Amino acid sequence: MYGYQLRLEFEASTGSTWPLNVGQVYTTLGRLERDGLVRAVDTAEEGQRTYAITDAGRAEVRAWFATPVSRESPPRDELAIKLALAVNAPGVDVPAVIQAQRTATVEALQAYTRLKSASADGDLSWLLVVDSLIFAAEAEVRWLDHCETRLVRHRRPDRRPITGTADVTGRQEARR
Amino acid sequence: MSDPVLVLRNVTRVHGVGETRVHALRGVSLTVSAGELVAVMGPSGSGKTTLLTLAGGLDAPTEGEVMVEGTVLGDLSRKALAGLRRRSLGYVFQDLNLIPALTAAENVMLPRELDGVPARTARDEAAAALEQVGIAVLADRFPDDMSGGQQQRVAIARALIGDRRLVLADEPTGALDSETGEAVLRLLRARCDAGAAGILVTHEARHAGWADRVVFLRDGVVADQTRPPDVVESLLADNTST
Ligand SMILES: Nc1ncnc2c1ncn2[C@@H]1O[C@H](COP(=O)(O)OP(=O)(O)OP(=O)(O)O)[C@@H](O)[C@H]1O
Ligand SMILES: [Mg+2]
Repeated sequence: MYGYQLRLEFEASTGSTWPLNVGQVYTTLGRLERDGLVRAVDTAEEGQRTYAITDAGRAEVRAWFATPVSRESPPRDELAIKLALAVNAPGVDVPAVIQAQRTATVEALQAYTRLKSASADGDLSWLLVVDSLIFAAEAEVRWLDHCETRLVRHRRPDRRPITGTADVTGRQEARR
Repeated sequence: MSDPVLVLRNVTRVHGVGETRVHALRGVSLTVSAGELVAVMGPSGSGKTTLLTLAGGLDAPTEGEVMVEGTVLGDLSRKALAGLRRRSLGYVFQDLNLIPALTAAENVMLPRELDGVPARTARDEAAAALEQVGIAVLADRFPDDMSGGQQQRVAIARALIGDRRLVLADEPTGALDSETGEAVLRLLRARCDAGAAGILVTHEARHAGWADRVVFLRDGVVADQTRPPDVVESLLADNTST
């Protein structure tokens, strides 16, 4: 396979959700060749190099599939950062921030769902990718619901369920 | 999308009197047209079930009016209302409301029989509806001998049987696994694409994603709603071009 073909295959499976630039594909192939994971098999007239995977490359692929994706350093989440800052920033209407985001995220969900229903019997790889976007958006909405409830409870500490009794007595004593 | 099937005009519903008064809905207006599926989301107690029972003529508003296919429900006699409910309306209750003494198939065909459809026709329609929700083999079981998810699917089949112009579903996917839940949503979507109007109450954003419009209720008022389908669709175009 040559670089351009690889790129097409990748985008066919993932529905060009994460577009690859061809330059990136060639640099990566160069690195893989250097590390002995692929080797160039021949060069066509137009100067296109064709690559084949080596045994070491195959072992690497198997290991990649067998290893869970690392969750060690969570990716930066702009929304979590925004809400974390909003609760302490003066003059920010946090419930409004939450509702605006919820509406936007549900709209994205609608758009993904349309994409999915348009390709009802599309190929499995692509469906799995769209589902992943849909479930991630859903999780975000659930988290927003949760933030909203937590916010309400936090702002009315007197209505908190009977957990922090010691705390409540403490405050009553201070008032006396 | 013209032809409004359901119109709520400034609807308020107050439960109880004096100290215990609860404003379940206050001044809600909503129009659902033929071919349109609207999802309603909101925290527990925000008025979702109240909205649905008013739309379905199972309860009457304290103020405002509810129109189904041009008829103001409040103007109808009890008998006429019952007839309209049977013919035009499919309702999936939050607590299902299956009749325990009837089999799955009998539960599903009941509204058709009450409508005077010949028993044989009703039976065939029920079989088809059960087939659509994937439980054709359970036709002769009683609700008590079925799992929660299976009972839920019987309730959905009952709401979809016949040519209902308005389908109202209160949390119809609560007891279903994610694949079956999606199958039910596809079914509801297909029914709306075929010309019915639908309202889906759900806690799950994933299911609301199938709707043309999502309305957010909070404390009995519409707090926000999504933009029209063509705007939402264009989001994706922006997404993929970047
Ligand atoms: N028959 C009734 N009598 C008194 N209050 C009622 C009655 N029915 C509903 N309510 C109140 O009206 C409000 C709205 O109730 P509703 O059942 O519509 O909520 P919901 O959004 O469907 O909630 P959930 O997600 O829990 O099903 C609640 O505060 C509820 O307690
Ligand atoms: Mg309810």
